[in-house]
Amino acid sequence: MSARLSIRNLEVRRGGVTVLGVAELDVFDGEVLAIIGPNGAGKSTLLHALAALERPARGRVLFEGEPVAGRELSVRRRMAVVLQEPLLLDASVRENVETGLRLRGVPRHDRHARAQRWLERFGVGHLAGRSARKLSGGEARRVSLARAFVLDPDVLLLDEPFSALDQPTRETLLEELADVIRETRMTAVFVTHDRAEAARLASRVAVLLAGRLRQIGSIGEVFGAPADEEVAAFVGIETMAEGRVIEAVDGVVALDVSGRRVEAAGVAPASPSALVCVRPEDVVLGRADDGAHVSARNRLPGVVVQVTSLGHEARVVVDCGFHLVARVTRLSAEELGLEAGTPVVASFKATSVHLIPR
Amino acid sequence: MDLIWDGIREAISLIAHGDRELLEVVARSVVISGSATLIALALGVGAGAALAYGRFPGRSVALTLVHTGMGLPPVVAGLFVAALLWRSGPLGQFGLIYTPAAMVFAQVVIAFPIVTGFTAAALGSLPPMLRTQLYALGASRWQMLWLVLREARLPLLAALMAGFGAVISEIGASQMVGANIPGETRVMTTWIVSLVARGQFGTAFAVGFILLALVFAVNLLLTSIQQRERTR
Repeated sequence: MSARLSIRNLEVRRGGVTVLGVAELDVFDGEVLAIIGPNGAGKSTLLHALAALERPARGRVLFEGEPVAGRELSVRRRMAVVLQEPLLLDASVRENVETGLRLRGVPRHDRHARAQRWLERFGVGHLAGRSARKLSGGEARRVSLARAFVLDPDVLLLDEPFSALDQPTRETLLEELADVIRETRMTAVFVTHDRAEAARLASRVAVLLAGRLRQIGSIGEVFGAPADEEVAAFVGIETMAEGRVIEAVDGVVALDVSGRRVEAAGVAPASPSALVCVRPEDVVLGRADDGAHVSARNRLPGVVVQVTSLGHEARVVVDCGFHLVARVTRLSAEELGLEAGTPVVASFKATSVHLIPR
Repeated sequence: MDLIWDGIREAISLIAHGDRELLEVVARSVVISGSATLIALALGVGAGAALAYGRFPGRSVALTLVHTGMGLPPVVAGLFVAALLWRSGPLGQFGLIYTPAAMVFAQVVIAFPIVTGFTAAALGSLPPMLRTQLYALGASRWQMLWLVLREARLPLLAALMAGFGAVISEIGASQMVGANIPGETRVMTTWIVSLVARGQFGTAFAVGFILLALVFAVNLLLTSIQQRERTR
């Protein structure tokens, strides 16, 4: 696979302070790369650098292997960018969608046909004649997506395009965007702080923390085997406990975690101790007097310390020598009568345990 | 009260009979102030854009100067321009003092900071990321500038109104660099003063009403454009 867009030793400074430092990043043809990280991590800056909208203090951005510097305008005309705000012009919806084509000198009848086709693809064809000022948030996002796709870009760059929308609208739009990206086999970079959004759209994920790329890999790799503690925390691993390696036999590593034996699949880390990571959705809770049928390798008795309702789910913290966090459905939380002080057995598979060497 | 009624009556009569002097003075006023406004618009939009988007040393000083200039008393503007244009002044060789060109010059000095200040404010009030979005859409620098000015067209119309309103109704500068020469540099405001000085209140009122009606008509036109745009 060839890289459509690349970054080499890039550094962006603001007021003399380095806000972004990325040694290497490639966006391959036909892939959807998600850049995830908390607010203020430098995700937008990275996207702007990829979009030739940011002049780096050092390093290079390459488009199809050639440096972008000095030909920013022509490179920008082969890409499309959807920002957090739709930022539509005070004109009709159709004029807005045609703006990029007009800037490229596309003839009028061609512009009309293309704009209408993409407006219809995003379900807002009937709004073509309406003033962009009179659109709802969801409609405006649809128009901004049509405005990007109408350009038939070689790369699509999206900067949290749905972050300000309500949940149902966001879900629908994500679904439609994913469909269109699949259909068009678009090469895309998607910036988000929402892990679930990233997992839904992207084939690869890059984690950006405090202006540095900390890990890049497939969804499974990054979410299941984060490179370090901070990445683990960001990708949603809530249980992280210090463990000491006891033995490693037949692809199973046994560790001592606060006096409890925890088994992890894989080879022993190079270091004598490791951070034991377990995703909350991989932990199953059962009654203390039940659960003999559970096949998981790790079965730890404990006591519920805290139950937090998350709507249809509950976050349960269990003290089993160390704090283990589980996600259970609201229904099972009720069935098990979970509340602080309830004795339970927490189970999780050895394959659900990820070890970060210390 | 009679004075006002007489004035209105005389105004109607002067207009109805197409009084030559009146029409000439009105036309001259409109041409001088209109040209000054258009020149100020051409210069002020560029300067306003530079102030809104430029990052150069002394930008805030320049902005403060512009804001001060927005309240520049016309008589002071007239004084500066007159000093430049006097026969002994640096631009004296062109012989412009007491000509309509001198009046246009002085009125540009009055309207330029107004248009500049309004433009800078108008562009400054657009979403900061809009320019980024336009560049991302593939706009060159000039295309971007054209699109943001188009986006700020309503406040720019306000700039036009404010600029024209200021210069058509000013007197200090016109008097100082034009000297109210009949048939040459006499405009509505300077004529009113001389009419009052001669006790010709009726004609003064007539000209005053026409001036008022003119300013009203121009603002009505621009306001209706704004309203139509806003409700589009």
